[in-house]
Amino acid sequence: MKILAFDTSNVALSVAVLDNEHLLATQTTNIKRNHSSQLMPIIDQTIKTSGLDINDIDRIVVAEGPGSYTGLRIAVTTAKTLAYAVNAELIGVSSLALLAQNDTQDGIVAPFFNARQGNVFAGIYEKKGSKLTTLVEDQHISFEDLLNHINQIGKPVNFITTDFEDFRESIENTLVVPSSHLDGWNALPNAYFLGLMGLKKNELENVYTAVPQYLRVTEAERNWKDQHPNDVRSGSYVRQID
Amino acid sequence: MGTSKLILAIESSCDETSVAVVKNGNEILSNFIATQIDSHQRFGGVVPEVASRHHIEQITLGIDQALKKAAVEPDDLDAVAVTYGPGLVGALLVGVSAAKSFAYAHNLPLIPVNHMAGHIYAARFVKPIVFPSLALLVSGGHTELVYMPAENVFKIIGETRDDAAGEAYDKIGRVLGMKYPAGKNIDELAHQGHDTFNFPRAMEHDDNFDFSFSGLKSAFINTVHHADQIGEELDRKDLAASFQQSVVDVIVSKTKRACEQLDIKQLILAGGVAANQGLRETLDSMIKKDLPELDFVKAPLKLCGDNGAMIGAAGYVAMQHGESADLTLNADPSLEFDWEPDAVR
Ligand SMILES: [Zn+2]
Repeated sequence: MKILAFDTSNVALSVAVLDNEHLLATQTTNIKRNHSSQLMPIIDQTIKTSGLDINDIDRIVVAEGPGSYTGLRIAVTTAKTLAYAVNAELIGVSSLALLAQNDTQDGIVAPFFNARQGNVFAGIYEKKGSKLTTLVEDQHISFEDLLNHINQIGKPVNFITTDFEDFRESIENTLVVPSSHLDGWNALPNAYFLGLMGLKKNELENVYTAVPQYLRVTEAERNWKDQHPNDVRSGSYVRQID
Repeated sequence: MGTSKLILAIESSCDETSVAVVKNGNEILSNFIATQIDSHQRFGGVVPEVASRHHIEQITLGIDQALKKAAVEPDDLDAVAVTYGPGLVGALLVGVSAAKSFAYAHNLPLIPVNHMAGHIYAARFVKPIVFPSLALLVSGGHTELVYMPAENVFKIIGETRDDAAGEAYDKIGRVLGMKYPAGKNIDELAHQGHDTFNFPRAMEHDDNFDFSFSGLKSAFINTVHHADQIGEELDRKDLAASFQQSVVDVIVSKTKRACEQLDIKQLILAGGVAANQGLRETLDSMIKKDLPELDFVKAPLKLCGDNGAMIGAAGYVAMQHGESADLTLNADPSLEFDWEPDAVR
């Protein structure tokens, strides 16, 4: 099976092409550049370097979130349109679970992204080899609550994040279990791992209905729901008129 | 028919996800449109993040539906055209990402289209554009006069200095307790009332082709608030009629002057507010009376709002002129035509 995998959920952009477990080519950038301009050319280069054509791809694996809303939109729109256009299977993988794969040792892993105002997008996983078990689902959570979850689990934790320094003090003050962390290069997404995760996953996404996992409703919708608790609409707010 | 060109055109700049298949820039084979109005109505206006999220829900379905309805296979297509600006950046990015992906997968040329050129070229489905031509573009985001000395050349000679006309409609609609978008409601109400309030006609006689609607909006709001304070009930029909007359008077008199000063053969009315009956009728009668030689083309009512077909029409012309983009194409939310206010003098 030929696989194209990519992640643009944060500043880094990572693309890989695999033939089953075998890596053919990969490229990762970590520059604050526009993913919209960069993603397709890098996909094209990576596929060409692999000696393949986009039409050879059997499965497309995308990091579906959480992360930057703009980055997720570019990745998921590109993934679902490519999958539709070349009739490939579409697989979505958590961008946090992907980061957890960077941990080379077994144990508790807590990948997270800074979501500002003291909040993070985070999940807590237990890693055994390449097998991940979810202990706390990916969510938008205050950093304090994340640390409470980790304290409750009561085992040493390995944080994976490029935003470690923003939370160092908070960790030192609140965490009661031993901790370590991966940051910098070690906390960047690796699309090769994404491809491997997508290879093992059996739940296919529908190319029409697939959307990013934002893990957060918009502020406008949150406010509206607060003001209209009984106004429940069944079905979509979008209507086809032609 | 070997020379006929088929374009798949994608539009997602605001709150409509639309994908069309257009033949030779003037024949619509399909025009899928999914509107988000019901969603944004909750918030009284378009919320960009919500709009972007809805576009992703619809985009692949839209491409598929457009192709199926047109009974066209990807291999039959000659190009993919897409709106890359102006508009909401997150919304534009969905269309641009999808267009690039589809064009790449099927090895098709990618044609970047200015959304405003699309609005103008909606007229192409009525009849060919004759140059030099002048377009009056009126929508929720724009009010501008665009001079087109030749095909594929667009020069702004005047535009709004503050609110777009459509924006002013929505704002006063809110004051009258109307649902977003209010344009159609106000238009209908205006037809039942009379211009009794005589609101200001800003910049009507200034020596330029710019517009301003914020003064009118304030005058309207002050009138309503003042009446509320003293417990006086104002006639909503007359309020709507007076507001609309002021907007229409300014637009029509500036347009008339531009038509007279430019040596144009055709006037095109396009954009979301081009569906406004008051504006259509007043322009019709002004041209009949003052500029009987001028060819006046109104974008079809169904194509005044945002749609993929108009992008396919503009994309066809851009393609004839050798325009194309590579895979680095990005959204440009503040894309504008060249600004040339002195084209007339
Ligand atoms: Zn528009």
